[in-house]
Amino acid sequence: MRFRLQSRRLMRLLRVDIILINIIAWCFALVWLLPFIGVFMVSVRPYGEVIVKGWWNILDATFTMDNYIKAWSYDPYSVSGGYINSLIVALPATIVPVAAASLAAYGFSRFSFPLRSYLFLLIILLMALPQQIVVVPLFLLLKDLRLINTFPGIILVHSAWGMAWITFFMKNFFDILPREVEEAARVDGASDFKIFYNIVLPMSLPGILSASVLQFTWVWSSFFFELIFLIDPEKWVITQRIANMKGTYFVDWGLIAAGSVFAMAVPLAVYMLLQRYYIRGFVGWAVKG
Amino acid sequence: MSGPPRGYFRSLVFLLPALTFITVFVIAPSIATVFLSLYVDGQFSVAKYVEVVSERSPDKALIMITSRPESPPWGALVHNIIWMAIHIPLVTLLGLLLAYLLKYTFGSSVVKTIVFIGMVIPMVVGGLIIRFMFDEHVGVVPLVFNALGVDFLAKTWTNYPQLSLLALILGSVWLWTGFSLTVYSAALGSIPSSFIEAARIDGAGHWHIFWKIVFPLVRPATIIVVVMTMLWDLKIFDIVYVATLGGPGGSSNVLALVMYQYMARALDYEAASAVAVILTLLTLPPGLWLALRLRRGG
Repeated sequence: MRFRLQSRRLMRLLRVDIILINIIAWCFALVWLLPFIGVFMVSVRPYGEVIVKGWWNILDATFTMDNYIKAWSYDPYSVSGGYINSLIVALPATIVPVAAASLAAYGFSRFSFPLRSYLFLLIILLMALPQQIVVVPLFLLLKDLRLINTFPGIILVHSAWGMAWITFFMKNFFDILPREVEEAARVDGASDFKIFYNIVLPMSLPGILSASVLQFTWVWSSFFFELIFLIDPEKWVITQRIANMKGTYFVDWGLIAAGSVFAMAVPLAVYMLLQRYYIRGFVGWAVKG
Repeated sequence: MSGPPRGYFRSLVFLLPALTFITVFVIAPSIATVFLSLYVDGQFSVAKYVEVVSERSPDKALIMITSRPESPPWGALVHNIIWMAIHIPLVTLLGLLLAYLLKYTFGSSVVKTIVFIGMVIPMVVGGLIIRFMFDEHVGVVPLVFNALGVDFLAKTWTNYPQLSLLALILGSVWLWTGFSLTVYSAALGSIPSSFIEAARIDGAGHWHIFWKIVFPLVRPATIIVVVMTMLWDLKIFDIVYVATLGGPGGSSNVLALVMYQYMARALDYEAASAVAVILTLLTLPPGLWLALRLRRGG
């Protein structure tokens, strides 16, 4: 009896707690979402109206796609051109490092060779480097190679930059794969590369997908390398274009908001569609250990 | 390792493509930057370091001793340190507190997704949104302060030296909390719920459970959050470039942006290299710590 009374009181106490906790958590979420709501509201309304009434004022609001249409073909920094350039850069700058780093990760996971653990330590250490440490010599090198202001140039730089963390991430993935099938294939006389290509890679698709999703969104969102290596506005990727999207005489937030929605739509779509892989990849390299 | 150790000639085939990329485009240029910063007019010299550290113009200064103490500019290096001093505790506590609350929240995955959006969007967009939120005409923050009658804060924050740095730091809290929340959620998930239930049966309140049980148990996650946030704060660039370009008057400048200004504006590659090396030296201790830890775990 005594126990029951106590547990009932506990339940009531808990319920008040939990209601309060829910309110706090959802208020927090709302505050965090508010900037995005603001950007969205400004992007779908005429800027003149926003200035007068405020975007939070939705009474007799006018909704229009004008900002999006304007941003899509905004001269000379059109979103459409930025989308094409960003895809031209981000797709190869995902495929190349994922392929090369997966090979290297398999080497680190399955072979032993001198200095292996030091080499691996060095590769992890590279993940902490700021991009500023490489750009001056790279700028001079790419200029000599006539790759400055070209897509192949920036693709090479991004591929190399992604190599370290993808190697680290894929090695962790390969380490936990079961080895039995590989051993059996080796006994049957299959070559190392055949084992990697026919057995390990198909088993590793979730890991490869996680790495690709993250690398793609990071290259898509990248700005500093582009600022240094892509000079000609024709070549500018989406991030460079929206950074330069101002009105002629004043800051046109309608235009910038629409451009921002365009720029974040792609990584957000990738995240929403492949959330499981995104988070797994994200937590995989940040929390492992 | 299972099976016999295999020869390194065979492993070389696997390592070669990635190592070539890394050597040519990451390691060699990093070393070249160090040399560039130490050779001035063909001679070994630390003159460029002396120059960049003693620089007094607000737009490029790393440390400004003469500046008014009550408001920036204090120099980019000092701004980075202030950034860490405010950003790290806020992000760590907010992330852990929210991760704990979400254990009892309905639709917690929706809340997590919302907070995580800041991690997914390009930081250039993040910087634009920060400027937007603190804009006198369209932003919500000055509107709120206007309603509260605090005139000093009811204006475009990014236009005033006293407020621009703070606006960026608060904006970076908004962007980066998704990181700490995600790390802490994973860490909390691995705490046996019997620990917390037992404490609750014993009559412990949420606050007590949070500080006395949860906080010590997630220590490894806390260290990861602190180190990763430190690295992120040191390398911060995009949001500053887009929101304030380090201004007004260098009041929100940071190391990475000073490096860019030396390189792209002044075309002084040696000075740019010196700043890049200073920035890298600051990232090395947390980076090395992270590397040692990740190797052990991985």
